[in-house]
Amino acid sequence: MHIKRRVAVVGAGMTKFVRRAKETGKELAFEATKMALDSTELTLKDIGCVTLGTAPDAFDGVHMKGEYLSDGAGGWRKPYMRCYVGGGTGVFAAINGWYHVASGLFDTCLVVCEEKMSSCQPHPQYAFQTIFDNITERPLGPNLVWIFALEMNRYMHAHNISKEEIALVSVKNKRNALDHPCAQLPQKITVEDVLNSEVLAWPVQRLDISPTSDGAAAIVLASEDVARKITDTPVWIDGVGWSLDTAYWTNRDLFYPKYVEYAARMAYEMAGINNPRKEIDVAEPYDPFDYKELHHMEGLLLCKKGEAPKLTKEGVTQRDGDLPICPSGGLLGVGNPIAAAGLMKVCEIFWQLRKEAGKRQVPGDPRTGLAQAWGDLMQVGTVVVMRAQ
Amino acid sequence: MSVKNKEYFGTGLSAEDIKEGKVLYSRWRPKAEYGWAAGVAVSRYLDELRKGRIVGRKCGKCRRVVVPPRMFCEWCFKPTDSWVNLEDTGTVNTFAISYIAADATRIKEPIIPAVIEIDGASKGMGILHLLGEVDPKSVKIGMRVKAVWKPPGDRIGAITDIKYFKPLP
Repeated sequence: MHIKRRVAVVGAGMTKFVRRAKETGKELAFEATKMALDSTELTLKDIGCVTLGTAPDAFDGVHMKGEYLSDGAGGWRKPYMRCYVGGGTGVFAAINGWYHVASGLFDTCLVVCEEKMSSCQPHPQYAFQTIFDNITERPLGPNLVWIFALEMNRYMHAHNISKEEIALVSVKNKRNALDHPCAQLPQKITVEDVLNSEVLAWPVQRLDISPTSDGAAAIVLASEDVARKITDTPVWIDGVGWSLDTAYWTNRDLFYPKYVEYAARMAYEMAGINNPRKEIDVAEPYDPFDYKELHHMEGLLLCKKGEAPKLTKEGVTQRDGDLPICPSGGLLGVGNPIAAAGLMKVCEIFWQLRKEAGKRQVPGDPRTGLAQAWGDLMQVGTVVVMRAQ
Repeated sequence: MSVKNKEYFGTGLSAEDIKEGKVLYSRWRPKAEYGWAAGVAVSRYLDELRKGRIVGRKCGKCRRVVVPPRMFCEWCFKPTDSWVNLEDTGTVNTFAISYIAADATRIKEPIIPAVIEIDGASKGMGILHLLGEVDPKSVKIGMRVKAVWKPPGDRIGAITDIKYFKPLP
């Protein structure tokens, strides 16, 4: 692999994540983008290109959402594109921006992600129907939660994991979110609360799931020479990886996300990471459901298969643990405006490695962080590895 | 969020704000309807379902028998070679007990979706379907099940020609 230039994140911003925003998607995109730009010495004039991530048009009832959001993302009269890999979009957008700069084509790139799920009423759930195979699956009346319930059950079965162990993730992340000023569902809850919450599709219960949300996030990327001019504390994107597995999801064993492993191996190789468990100081794996954090920790090779619940139980993944996982509060606590949620994770690692995370700051001297998202038909993994100066 | 930011943007609305007209809103309901050609492989699959049979396709190179059938092997990247009659029995690979319908409305009697590995196909080859005639509490991964077909006259060449799978005694 030949990478022309090292790329840094030099600024980040996000809006509050809320169930229903008064603002339009464009207005949310603008606020996040403005915050990201204002945190650098750059203005929109200095931006070479813009890349935007947002999930299905069906949520918004607006066709060509890339174009719809482009002014709020600062995209007019610039090379601009939208990228989309379902739930994996938020981290993929950062990767997309990365290769615009790493290739030498642009010195700076603005990466913007927006989601407004509240426009699909009464609930965006029905829009998700269209992810299932239109002929062999959709006539069965599937619900998006089914696919997670089927995967969670398979994961629990493969390693003999209990619901109690998985609930600990929800408890941790919702509590972490208490320290996030933009969080939608910060809560102090117990394992019992999770186990007593409404059963949606067993084994998935209400408190196992992240909410539907509106929100936006943005980062500013710059080439090494530009980054060094404008900041003393750039955060380097030293590894990127992404991988897509079979869309015949009923033909693969759901207990393990192999595609996340492939994506992680690509990113680790690029970043020169040989022992992720030792070398990653803080990670934000994708946690739309509590079991997914565990599933993804395993796919990211941060622990052995089936070992993530044990690490969680032992407190290793707490903010002050040996391997802090989702110190932001994750999707479970901060919220899940799909594409924006993924990019929020990149923002969080940026703030953590700059030691700007305030009450959420992981102790010690974190040097290397990781953000990951996941999506499409449960089979795309997107990973970035980031390093402090 | 960085400690350097003191101001946070985004205004949350409640469901009541909208219902009671406290905020201005515009609405639209799409009138879209789609019809899909089932394609070469799945047309045969559906036609065989109408006859009360589940069929798969075999790739002569990797020797996998796949279901749902496909005309090309995605791994060997070559056309698949032959049709294979499969059993209408299988094994529950995983399942869920759903109290929500497709549109997230709540239902009293749960639906039990499952991935069912079909006998006669290669190991791990499952399809999405439903379980029936079973107490949700007694469903287990690894359980042996058999298709319950609609009466021949009611079949239309659809995945729903199988009503559900029920436990084998």
